[in-house]
Amino acid sequence: MSIAPSALPISMRRIEKRFGSVAVLRDLNLDVEAGEFLTLLGPSGSGKTTLLMILAGFVRANAGSIRVGDDEIITTPPHKRNIGMVFQNYALFPHMNVFHNIAFPLKQRGVAAAETAERVEKALDLVKLQGLGERRVDQLSGGQRQRVALARAIVFEPRIVLMDEPLSALDKGLREHMQIELRSLHRRLGMTTVYVTHDQREAITMSDRIAVMNGGRIEQLDKPETLYATPQTRFVAGFIGESNFIPVECHNGSVWYEGRRIHTAAPAPASGQHLMVVRPEKLRLLANAEPASGVNVLDATLSDIIYQGDSFVCYAVLRDGRQLTLRDYCRSDVLARMPAPGQPISLGLDAQDTILVASDG
Amino acid sequence: MSAQSAFHESAGTNLNAQSLRADARRESLRLLALLAPSLFLVFAITIVPIGWLFWLSLFDEAGAFSAANYARFFEQASYIKTFVTTFKVAFIVTGACVLLGYPLAYMLSQLTRRAASICLIFVILPFWTSVLVRTYAWLVILQRKGLINSWLIDLGVISQPLSLANNLSGVVIGMTHILLPFLVLPLYASMKTIDTDCLRAGMNLGAGPAATFRQIFFPLSLPGLASGVVIVFVLCLGFFVTPALMGGGKVIMWAMRMEQTTSLYSNWGAGAALGVVLLVVTLALLGLFQWLLGARATGVWSSR
Repeated sequence: MSIAPSALPISMRRIEKRFGSVAVLRDLNLDVEAGEFLTLLGPSGSGKTTLLMILAGFVRANAGSIRVGDDEIITTPPHKRNIGMVFQNYALFPHMNVFHNIAFPLKQRGVAAAETAERVEKALDLVKLQGLGERRVDQLSGGQRQRVALARAIVFEPRIVLMDEPLSALDKGLREHMQIELRSLHRRLGMTTVYVTHDQREAITMSDRIAVMNGGRIEQLDKPETLYATPQTRFVAGFIGESNFIPVECHNGSVWYEGRRIHTAAPAPASGQHLMVVRPEKLRLLANAEPASGVNVLDATLSDIIYQGDSFVCYAVLRDGRQLTLRDYCRSDVLARMPAPGQPISLGLDAQDTILVASDG
Repeated sequence: MSAQSAFHESAGTNLNAQSLRADARRESLRLLALLAPSLFLVFAITIVPIGWLFWLSLFDEAGAFSAANYARFFEQASYIKTFVTTFKVAFIVTGACVLLGYPLAYMLSQLTRRAASICLIFVILPFWTSVLVRTYAWLVILQRKGLINSWLIDLGVISQPLSLANNLSGVVIGMTHILLPFLVLPLYASMKTIDTDCLRAGMNLGAGPAATFRQIFFPLSLPGLASGVVIVFVLCLGFFVTPALMGGGKVIMWAMRMEQTTSLYSNWGAGAALGVVLLVVTLALLGLFQWLLGARATGVWSSR
């Protein structure tokens, strides 16, 4: 789908924000492409919500520049920014019905009554709430409120849409459904979207790109699949997906663990202590101890198996006492040769799935 | 085994229905027994005196059963005048409290928690001082040779002292000061519950600060304002000390008329009738407010 004419790129440069003596954002630079769905992902306190608030104009930065298209907006008051926002608690106006909530931004812009009615109707259609215009806000379910908030944020065709954990108040099933719906709505309308969440699965499901934030900085900005396959820091590896960390030694361009050479697809770092990131689903239970070349083998003892219906999780202990998790699907061939807890096992890891990150402390 | 299943089956769909009903009955009786002491207290100190008051109002001075005490309201001009004065004062004082209290409560609601609690102390502090003391203080400030008049004359603003006390304006100033916290406190509490995100959403959607206040903050603060207004208005209707001291005998309100009737003329029947009428009017007003607010809450606002 083509990019809507209203979609504009955002360019944030050297954003600084301190609350008292606490630095919340430090020299932050971020570019969002026109029509892109970009997610700010991070734990609470990472500065992601503060950044969104600065973008919306509710929080004043200490320094920095925000350009939307060619316009500098860092000092523009929020009501002149023309940015739609979906709030975490929806922030619907309780004294207005659904129609008036959605018509509110149009009313502020002096849109004529007939056109307002038409555009509100279209927005209600878009979020699948046809015919609910006369409902009071307190007569709506959580999912419906969410849709009203969304309709209100897009009805005036803003250049940019911001979303602050909009799905966090919904239950799991509805949340997953809304993720898909938001995604397809974005594809259809093509507005530049900045989405904030602490839920890595949600971020991976919905985003074109994810900016992983930690301690007021962006640790890594990449497509979801790149982020998952090649995390660049220990934090990113730990925050996105599950990870086992195994300390390894590097010298002269080769990687060693317990006296065994580790094969990696990427060139090994020069020297020093590093961490090997092992994703639970990339590990395999090996039938025999001598696998094909290019596969790293880890010897361990199986300590427990958790059956989860479609899949199972093995907990194994390496020879140095380190815990390791393995996840695989319950295929009959795997189940047939499943060892019993207490037995020694060999775990295989392909060279291209072997990721190294710096061991920062 | 078979005996047991026979018992289950004989009960059919109404399995244990009877004993469950009996159990529910026993529980409500037990709860009633727990409530009994307080119900007795309410009955003894509220229902009985009000009933007695009503009973008293039905007898004239000679002790004969008559409606003369109520007929007097329509016959004597002074009663009607008192009634009008009472409502006039109540309206003016309530209006003044709204004009002063709304901006104050709004300011308090926008301050940081710490600053707001310090400022609230200044709202509540006079609240803890005796009404009598505060009324005399106002008398000192407002009288002919009081603080305000002597300042204004010294500054050359006026040549003749303003008559601020011993008339309606004195009553209004004194009562407004005393009743202001009753408006500010509920209003402040309700303003605090207004979601900041709603105001942010208003701004975000294109409403400037003034438009956001008018279209979002103000309508959302109306329930709190209404409860403050009701409290102040009802308290005004029965106010005694301040109008008695600050009115200089020129402003006769309902409660003062009651006091006169009972202690000066010892006409308990007439005094009781005054009380009954005040009670009925107050309840009617509360009912009216309730009805208006109820209608608003069910969406009159949104259909506008």
